[in-house]
Amino acid sequence: MTALSTETTQAGRTVGIPFILKKAFLSACVALVLFSLMIGIRTEAGPDGQLTWWTRFGDLASIVGLVFGGSIVIELLRQWIGPTGAEKLVPAPIQRSLSLAGRFLGPALLVFTLLVPVIFYNQRYILDLGILVLTYVMLGWGLNVVVGLAGLLDLGYVAFYAVGAYSYALLATNFGWSFWVCLPLAGMLAAIWGVMLGFPVLRLRGDYLAIVTLAFGEIIRLVILNWQSLTGGPNGVSGIPRPTLFGIPLDNSDDGLAAKLGIEYSPTHRIIFLFYLILALALLTNWVTIRLRRLPIGRAWEALREDEVACRALGINTTTTKLTAFATGAMFGGFAGAFFATRQGFISPESFTFQESALVLAIVVLGGMGSQLGVALAALTMIGGFELFRGLETYRMLVFGMAMVLIMIWRPRGIIGHRAPTVYLTKAQAISSDLVKEGHG
Amino acid sequence: MSGEPILSVDRLTMRFGGIVAVQDLSFAAERGKITALIGPNGAGKTTVFNCITGFYKPTGGAIRLNHDDGRQTALERLNDFRIAKQAKVARTFQNIRLFPGMTALENLMVAQHNALMRASGFTFLGLIGVPTYRDAEKRAIALATDWLKRINLLDRADDAAGNLAYGDQRRLEIARAMCTEPALLCLDEPAAGLNARESASLSELLRSIRGELGTSILLIEHDMSVVMEISDHIVVMDHGVKIAEGTPREVRDDPKVIAAYLGTDEEEAAAVMESGS
Ligand SMILES: Nc1ncnc2c1ncn2[C@@H]1O[C@H](COP(=O)(O)OP(=O)(O)O)[C@@H](O)[C@H]1O
Ligand SMILES: [Mg+2]
Repeated sequence: MTALSTETTQAGRTVGIPFILKKAFLSACVALVLFSLMIGIRTEAGPDGQLTWWTRFGDLASIVGLVFGGSIVIELLRQWIGPTGAEKLVPAPIQRSLSLAGRFLGPALLVFTLLVPVIFYNQRYILDLGILVLTYVMLGWGLNVVVGLAGLLDLGYVAFYAVGAYSYALLATNFGWSFWVCLPLAGMLAAIWGVMLGFPVLRLRGDYLAIVTLAFGEIIRLVILNWQSLTGGPNGVSGIPRPTLFGIPLDNSDDGLAAKLGIEYSPTHRIIFLFYLILALALLTNWVTIRLRRLPIGRAWEALREDEVACRALGINTTTTKLTAFATGAMFGGFAGAFFATRQGFISPESFTFQESALVLAIVVLGGMGSQLGVALAALTMIGGFELFRGLETYRMLVFGMAMVLIMIWRPRGIIGHRAPTVYLTKAQAISSDLVKEGHG
Repeated sequence: MSGEPILSVDRLTMRFGGIVAVQDLSFAAERGKITALIGPNGAGKTTVFNCITGFYKPTGGAIRLNHDDGRQTALERLNDFRIAKQAKVARTFQNIRLFPGMTALENLMVAQHNALMRASGFTFLGLIGVPTYRDAEKRAIALATDWLKRINLLDRADDAAGNLAYGDQRRLEIARAMCTEPALLCLDEPAAGLNARESASLSELLRSIRGELGTSILLIEHDMSVVMEISDHIVVMDHGVKIAEGTPREVRDDPKVIAAYLGTDEEEAAAVMESGS
């Protein structure tokens, strides 16, 4: 009861000019203290080694003023477009039409994706970008099982991507096994590594869990880097076989697909094949995840995110529940890794750095933890955004980072921040993200 | 049905470092009855619950659960989730622990996890959608619906549990525990924070659980109107030890009980006496 009343007062307090001014004043005070020495007084070693100093109060004043003004602007922005103001500001009919549009957004995106190779047949750049986006969509959906559903923060997801890639690369180059045999094996091996990661972190929560998973990702990369005899170390594995259409190669040879169909060979065929391959893999991930969510195991994952103690009181084995979440997420990462290896034809440890884990995690968080459509949109935004700002060169990361910060101010719980129930009696109502827990890890 | 008590606690002791929260506590809970555990704040009641449900490993003593078929389970040796799964002991918490971001119906479905898990062939059969799983899910939804009706929340089935009123959350937590189909239901202060009308309907609910379903109940409660009205047997604790036990009438007139309450909280003591007059 008390918690409720404090919440309402907090919400009430955010509006009002005195509040904004007070907040801006506080920020300005902090800036004054912080910068008075850093900017207000400039020290330098004089010609004879003695200390010379002079004051720059003008600069200090302008900085403090800037912080004061900026703080007001940010607070106003937050209240106008932020999550608290949005509900009141956007009229109900517009909100309803938005939600209607949201319902058709998923299918529309899917149809568009299916048509991309047809529309952009001759634009290799777009097709390659599409494949890249879809790879991250798949990775995002895989990590979403662990982070979004089970609420376990995993900073080492790239490890499973690497295990999948190296599994396929090594099995294919050493034994000559085909992609379609290696794909499930790569998934299984990654899942086993997922369980291996799961065991030591079972009792960890929050920051501790994040740090151990981060270390796990680094360990896998370092092992790959140093196990020269097996993995080729920094030189990586090259000559990884390209995928075939159930045995028919997609090349210029006499028994290639083009020759068999009697059409003129074009390297685009393979790109299009890869596009549909990753699309199929991503859709499989999506389908399995959506189904798992409606099965007892998926509900247990979400319950685990909400309250682990209550789960145990209901007789749910939290150990196996966590391990299956890690294993399932890792398996999808492994599939994506095998695809990456066959697409590139060459892999090396450089492709599996922490930056990849961070990027995939950013996609999941930006998308709205647990939301499939949100993750897909976030992958499109992030990867597409990277490309869009390519022309800005050095300023690319700066602009991109600012865009991310703005999105997170506008939608702190991700692009799609509500949760859809897995079962309903009369009507499936979206559950506001304020109620949904982020999990403890 | 055997005549044995469903739960017998024998010389239970729980220490936290130097603090002795429970000392040599022995009592029994009769099958099909409501047994109340009362005592002033800090007496060690919640600690006893945590020992029974496996959240704490007792420092000493034995806790036995006697099943209907004569089997006996030593609860002090089992893990928390196994106590709920195998010994069929369900519990609620002093501070409500629902899954706030899941709907009321989903909360009740999660409670049926183990049964559904088996029906779904540990996910594999469920994934391909075999009809036996679909039937099991329908039955689970039917059981959940039944409980939502009992606690009068059928119209809120698809609302997030975190959005329900406080009293509704309390009842939903009890329904969730009951959906595990327990042999013994342990309730930690279910009437805390309820108004008089809600307390009365809670008493009604607990009576129906005992009467219609025959589930044995172990109850911690401060609300004396609830305790005196529905309990068959009352165990009174203070400072980790049992100071009295008996029927509501016996306990109410026990000078030691009145002294224990007077010594700590006048309001509670007044409540005890009031319900006595
Ligand atoms: N996990 C714990 N660690 C240390 N002390 C505890 C712990 N749990 C309970 N206690 C102590 O045990 C005593 C009994 O607490 P509790 O069982 O919660 O009482 P009640 O539920 O009867 O109000 C208190 O003194 C409390 O501080
Ligand atoms: Mg207590």
